[in-house]
Amino acid sequence: MKYDRILIRYGEITLKGRNRNKFVEKLRGSVKAALVSFPRVKIEASRDRMYVILNEENGDEIIPLLKGIFGIYSFSPAVKVEKDIEKMKVAALDLFAKIYKKGQTFKITTKRSDKSFQLNTEELNHLFGAHLLINTPELKVNVKNPDIDLRIEIREDAAYLSCETIYGAGGLPVGSSGKAMLMLSGGIDSPVAGHLAMKRGMGIEAIHFFSPPYTSERSKQKVIDLSKQLAKVSGMLTLHVVPFTEIQEIIRKQVPENYSMTTTRRLMLKIADEIRNRRKGLAIITGESLGQVASQTLESMYAINDVTNTPVLRPLITMDKTEIIKIAKEINTLDISIRPFEDCCTIFVPSSPKTKPKKEKVQFYESFLDFTPFIEKAVNETELIHIKPESQKEEDSFHELF
Amino acid sequence: MIYFDNSATTKPYAEVLDSFFKISNDFFGNPSSLHGLGSQSEKLLSQARIQMANLLNVKPGEIIFTSGGTESNNFAIKGAAFMYKKRGNHLITSSVEHPSVSKAMEQLEELGFEVTYLPVDKNGKVQVEDVERAIRKDTILISVMHVNNEVGTVQPIREVGKLLEKYPNILFHVDAVQGIGKMDLPLKDFGVDMCSISAHKFHGLKGTGALFVREGVGLTPLLSGGEQERNMRSGTENVAGAVAMAKALRMTMEKKEKGIEKMKNVQRGLIDDFGEMEGIIVHTQIESASPHIVNFSVPGIKSEVFIHALEQEHIFVSTTSACSSKKKSPSKTLLAMGVPEPIADSSIRISLSYENTEEEAAAVLNAIKRVVNKLRKVMN
Repeated sequence: MKYDRILIRYGEITLKGRNRNKFVEKLRGSVKAALVSFPRVKIEASRDRMYVILNEENGDEIIPLLKGIFGIYSFSPAVKVEKDIEKMKVAALDLFAKIYKKGQTFKITTKRSDKSFQLNTEELNHLFGAHLLINTPELKVNVKNPDIDLRIEIREDAAYLSCETIYGAGGLPVGSSGKAMLMLSGGIDSPVAGHLAMKRGMGIEAIHFFSPPYTSERSKQKVIDLSKQLAKVSGMLTLHVVPFTEIQEIIRKQVPENYSMTTTRRLMLKIADEIRNRRKGLAIITGESLGQVASQTLESMYAINDVTNTPVLRPLITMDKTEIIKIAKEINTLDISIRPFEDCCTIFVPSSPKTKPKKEKVQFYESFLDFTPFIEKAVNETELIHIKPESQKEEDSFHELF
Repeated sequence: MIYFDNSATTKPYAEVLDSFFKISNDFFGNPSSLHGLGSQSEKLLSQARIQMANLLNVKPGEIIFTSGGTESNNFAIKGAAFMYKKRGNHLITSSVEHPSVSKAMEQLEELGFEVTYLPVDKNGKVQVEDVERAIRKDTILISVMHVNNEVGTVQPIREVGKLLEKYPNILFHVDAVQGIGKMDLPLKDFGVDMCSISAHKFHGLKGTGALFVREGVGLTPLLSGGEQERNMRSGTENVAGAVAMAKALRMTMEKKEKGIEKMKNVQRGLIDDFGEMEGIIVHTQIESASPHIVNFSVPGIKSEVFIHALEQEHIFVSTTSACSSKKKSPSKTLLAMGVPEPIADSSIRISLSYENTEEEAAAVLNAIKRVVNKLRKVMN
């Protein structure tokens, strides 16, 4: 007996009374995007369940993909059987035999939403329990803590059998909590911050500051590759690449060296905020972690955050580097992040940046020049890249070589 | 010309040569260079790595590009032995391995490691019970080939991998140089820690190969230098060769879907017909062998003479493995299988590719019949 569908249980969506349909639709979108390479798959969504109908696609390849989708509490590969006791018995034993290892215990959980079915839950439990016990050597019952829980659901249209429950990523469907802009540097932290923001349902667009010739095409490629990785979760990611060379050169001329980093950050935030404004986002996400570097002290954040009152969300603020690295590994961004190319943050680092900059002082230094036209220009000249997971687009010229 | 010596090497696909030429000509930059030409090369290399990984169902970071099967085998075995020598001193391998495995083992013996060489049964197959019996507390590595290069016997990789689940400290290396593209080898499912492949055995180019090294396994580098390939294999990367290999593997895997049945038919036809011919002993056991090799002996006729006689008919086959055939020593595998030396001495290996046809097989059979008759008259 082969699984023909995967039953998906929603996470916290269940709590969101009125918005539920919207959440279910977003989740359906995420599932569809994740399974785009399985064209025969069909998705059926209802208020309390979603089914991925496999139509002969390989379920074993689909399961790992479902594990990464936010908004799924758990899921179970299942078979749909006609509501005929004998047929159900055969299916149950088949399914069970596939995962049973000698000496394991089991129980049966029956749910009967079709109340007209000839047997009640008690009778069904007995019947199927006995059937498995008779036909499986060394099998024992354990209703408290079974190794295998065979679930039988009698619904209006058919009976559904499953015996594995796989936990999903939890969280909320991406895009169900509004849109925010992620400042994506190419380092280890910012992709993790973006991932966690998506976990709570945010839809994200990424902003990267690019300073040729001080940084190379490869550092940009790195950010594109990171975006591809993040796009696996959301199905698509918009990347804004801001030309930042001119502004960095001006800062170097205009602001004393030990304050240049603070000003740089302030201007980046201003630009990000303007892009957010144009893209109708509601927040800015950064990968800052308290005390990690000079710009991430509370004093620095206070002086930098001064330029906007848009919420600046910092999902990693209380995390240690080791915790961040662990997540980066899990979401496959670490290997990309540690490629050794300069980014705009590392190249202009002053020898001794202020770790406790004063807001008033940085405002004073910046007061001699109006940065607005430069910000305008940078935003207007920002390159927009739509990134799909595993996008072949920029490799097209190479395609014939492979 | 009929080329039936594909286990020695294969003819590169034209498309593979095109890629190699185009990259060598247009994208010759060093992937480590900072400029654009370098970064294009780097992109090509990383795309080749991704394609290899996808085809082998592993992660891109687990593919190390090498110069071929010999390097991959040496690197896996010596690299692991040096890396884990504090853990133990004992290695296990079979008695029918390719010389790049067995000689590497011998070299390690000279350095103080102990090696157990497992026997094989009459079909050339390693027994899992023997593996289990050979395991000691200080065993650090087991190396078993996937498909034997001389007879074609498929070794019980799945079973050995299963057995090793109980021994997490023992690394499992598989030399898959002959099997790749003909026999499935799900590396992750079979618990393989390292796996060697060589491009010229599947219509790629000589001098290119790869070693799969499972994430978490460390190897002491054999080549020191510029720390390419995750510090594991120094030397400027052969980008054109790596891309050519990735292409060759993709094409081979695609051809396999349709070609494998045809190849099996050709093999079966050859073995059946040899069975009917008087005085021919077939060593390849069809049930336990890869579909691309047929090994047989014509007792009384020296294999070298046989090869040259067939060559006059424009048919190319080989005596045992190409590597040892020049040394005129009888097939190590056949001797290990218990085949008497005079018979092993007259053994011939036919090895197929997806390009070979049943018509070619029929022509070869006829030629063999003629040659056997002619030579028998002369030799007797």
